[in-house]
Amino acid sequence: MVLSGAEIVVRCLQEEKVEYVFGYPGGAVLFLYDALFNQDKVKHVLVRHEQAAVHAADGFSRSTSKVGVALVTSGPGATNAVTGIATAYCDSIPMVIISGQVPTAAIGQDAFQEVDTVGITRPCVKHTFLVKDVREVASTIKKAFHIARTGRPGPVLVDIPKDVTMHKCEFEYPEDIVMRSYNPVTKGHQGQIRKAVQLLLEARRPMIYTGGGAILSDAAEQLTRLTRLLGMPITNTLMGLGGYPASDRQYLGMPGMHGTYEANMAMHYSDVLLAIGARFDDRVIGNPDHFAEEPRKIIHLDIDPSSISKRVKVDVPIVGDVREVLEQMIQQIESAPARPNADALESWWKQIDDWRSRDCMKYRNSDEIIKPQFVVQKLWEVTGGDAIITSDVGQHQMWAAQYYRFDKPRRWLNSGGLGTMGVGLPYAMGAQLAHPGAPVACITGEASIQMNIQELSTCKQFRLPIKICNLNNRFLGMVRQWQQLFHGGRYSESYMDSLPDFAKLAESYGHIGLRVDKPGDVEGALREAFARKDDLVFLDFQVDRTENVYPMVQGGKGLTDMILSAEDL
Amino acid sequence: MRHVISLLIENESGALSRVSGLFSARGYNIESLTVAPTEDASMSRMTIVTTGSDDIIEQITKQLNKLVDVIKVVDISESAHIERELMLVKVRATGKDRDEMKRMTDIFRARIIDVTEASYVVELTGNQAKLDAFIGAIGPDLILETVRSGICGIGRGDRVLKI
Ligand SMILES: Cc1ncc(C[n+]2csc(CCOP(=O)(O)OP(=O)(O)O)c2C)c(N)n1
Repeated sequence: MVLSGAEIVVRCLQEEKVEYVFGYPGGAVLFLYDALFNQDKVKHVLVRHEQAAVHAADGFSRSTSKVGVALVTSGPGATNAVTGIATAYCDSIPMVIISGQVPTAAIGQDAFQEVDTVGITRPCVKHTFLVKDVREVASTIKKAFHIARTGRPGPVLVDIPKDVTMHKCEFEYPEDIVMRSYNPVTKGHQGQIRKAVQLLLEARRPMIYTGGGAILSDAAEQLTRLTRLLGMPITNTLMGLGGYPASDRQYLGMPGMHGTYEANMAMHYSDVLLAIGARFDDRVIGNPDHFAEEPRKIIHLDIDPSSISKRVKVDVPIVGDVREVLEQMIQQIESAPARPNADALESWWKQIDDWRSRDCMKYRNSDEIIKPQFVVQKLWEVTGGDAIITSDVGQHQMWAAQYYRFDKPRRWLNSGGLGTMGVGLPYAMGAQLAHPGAPVACITGEASIQMNIQELSTCKQFRLPIKICNLNNRFLGMVRQWQQLFHGGRYSESYMDSLPDFAKLAESYGHIGLRVDKPGDVEGALREAFARKDDLVFLDFQVDRTENVYPMVQGGKGLTDMILSAEDL
Repeated sequence: MRHVISLLIENESGALSRVSGLFSARGYNIESLTVAPTEDASMSRMTIVTTGSDDIIEQITKQLNKLVDVIKVVDISESAHIERELMLVKVRATGKDRDEMKRMTDIFRARIIDVTEASYVVELTGNQAKLDAFIGAIGPDLILETVRSGICGIGRGDRVLKI
C-alpha cells in the first residue's frame, strides 16, 4: 500500500497499539495532523503547552508501563518539549516524541521555526533520529519504540522534516528489528547471582534498597516474594515507592534526605546491602565518603552497567532486568540448602524496631491551622490508599511521599531525577486517561501548579475528573525551608505574592473549586471532591505557612546525621 | 592514566556528536579523537585517547557502550597494542638549514613530500613520543606549521576488534 510519510507515521502508531498521542499542531506537522484526522484509532489529546504534552505522555507511561507518545511541531514546539523530555530521561521513562522539522532542503538555512532539535535534545534522550527519507519512516519508528521500551528505558525523539511527511512510499511495518549496536542484556549472570545469594544468606544485618528500576521492570511481585522469603528489611526510594507494600512490617519507609530514621540507619549500618534498580543518588545516600566509612558488602542489580560502581564501589554487580534477575534469585534461594541467619536477623530487627520507636514521622497537628501532612494523611484515608497520586516538586512532594503509603506500584508519579515543577497536573492527565474511573489526585503547591495551570483547560475538554490538592503555603516552601536553615532566614524571592483565587480560577475553566481553611473541614472537602466522580475539583488548602519537611539530612552530610524535627535545630 | 579506547560505531549522522557530547557533558578528557569509515562503510572506527583514574575509564567505556550507535568498545591500551599518528610539518629549508632538515628527516625515517625553494613539507608517522621528539629536534624556529592526525590504535597479534 502506498502511503504518505504522515500516514505511515500514524499507521505505525496504530501498529504499536498507541491509544493516545499528546500533542500540539503547527506548520511542520500539518500533514501528520491531517493523517490523524482521517482515522480514529489513535486519539489525540490537545494540550495547551508542549511541555505538558510530553509530561502527560510521560505520566501515561508511568501509570501503565506502556510507551508514552507526544507530537510537537518544529522550532518552539520542540524547544517547549525539552523540559518534558529531560524529565522523562532522568527517570528512565519509555517515550517516543515525534517532532516536526522544516523541509529537508531548508535544514541549515535558518528557516522559519527551524532549530536543531536533534542537537538540542541529544544530551537528554536515550536516542534520536532524523528521518531524511520517507522509506525510512516505518523502520525508524519501529526502532524508536523498541529502543524506548527495552534495556534501561528512556525517551527517543524522531525528528521528521515536513517534506518527508508529504512524500509517498510503500508501507510495510517491520515485524522485528535487528540492531547490531543495541542488544541489552536481560538475564542475570547465574554465577554472580549465586555470589549474591550466598552473601544474603550469610548476612547479619542485611538491607534491601530498591529504586525506580524495580517499578519500571514491573517487579513488585518478585520483590515482595524475595523480601518475604528472606525476612529482611526493605526501603523504597522516592522513585521506587510502591515497589513493596508500605503497610507491611518489613518496610522501613523511604531512605535519603527526607527519608525515615530507621531506613537511613539500616542502610548505613547494614553489612550486606542489596540495591535493586537504584543508583545511590546523592539525595539517597548523602555524602558518599561518609556512606563508605561503614564497611558493608554491596550487591547491585541494574539493567544499566553504567549505574553500577558509579557513585559507590560495588562488590557483586549483576546486570540484567530486575524482574528476571529476581526470579532467578528466588529460584536459587529456594533451592539452596542454607537459610538466612535467624538469630542474627532477630537481633537486627530488634535494633531496627528500636530505631523505629523514635517515630520520626510524627508531627504536631493543630486544630487551628491545617498541617500539610494532615491533608496527605486524610487523602490516604479517604481514598483507602488506593488512588493514583501525582505530585509536583517541593515540600508537598516530600509530604506526599512520606504520608501517602503506597502499597502498589505505578500509583506514585513524580519527577524524582530532574525535579521538575509543573509535572503534577499533566502527569495526572496522562494517568487519568490511562485509568478512566480510577481516583487520581495531584498533590501540588501554589507555585508548582502555576507552571502548567493552563492544562485545566485540557482537563475540561477531555473531561478528566482529577482531584487537585493544592497545599497552599504562599511560599516556594522548599526554597524557603533551605533559606531558613542554611541562609540565615533571608527569604529571598521565595514568597508567592499576587496569587489567584484558585477556586475561582478553577471555576472559570469550568471546574469546581473549593477553598479549605480549617483542619476540621479537610476530610469533608476531600470526601466531597471524590464523591464528584465526573468533575475536576480544585481543593485549595490553606496550610501552615512555615511547616518544614523532616526528617532531614542536610546536603553534604552523612545519612545518619539527621534532623528529626524542629526541636533538633 | 592514559588510555586508548577503540570503538566501532554506526556510520550515521550525529554519531560523532554523541560521542564527543558524552565526553564534554560528563567532563571526561579527550586528548585526541580520530574517526573514519572501516572497510565496511556502514561502520566507522574511532580511536579516543583519554586520561583518567580506573573508575573514570570504567565509566567512560560503560557510557560509550550505552550509546545506541556504538557497536563495540575496547580499551586497547589494556594489553599489547600499536599506536600510530601521522604528522605533516612544514619547515623552513634555506641555506644550511636545508641540509640539516634533510638529515633530520632521514634520521627519523620521515619523508619530504613537498619541496619549494624555501621550505619542505615533512611527513612522519610514529607514536606520539617519536613525533614529539622530531618537533623537539627541529626546534620552534624552523617550524612553520604542524598538523597531526591524532592517534590510531590497533591491538597486537590475534586480538581483533570486529563484529
Ligand atoms: C522548574 C523548576 N524551577 C525551580 C525549581 C526549584 N524549586 C524546587 S522546590 C521549589 C518551590 C516549590 O514551591 P511550591 O510548588 O509552592 O511547593 P512547596 O515547596 O511550597 O510545597 C522550587 C522553586 C524546580 N524544582 N523546578
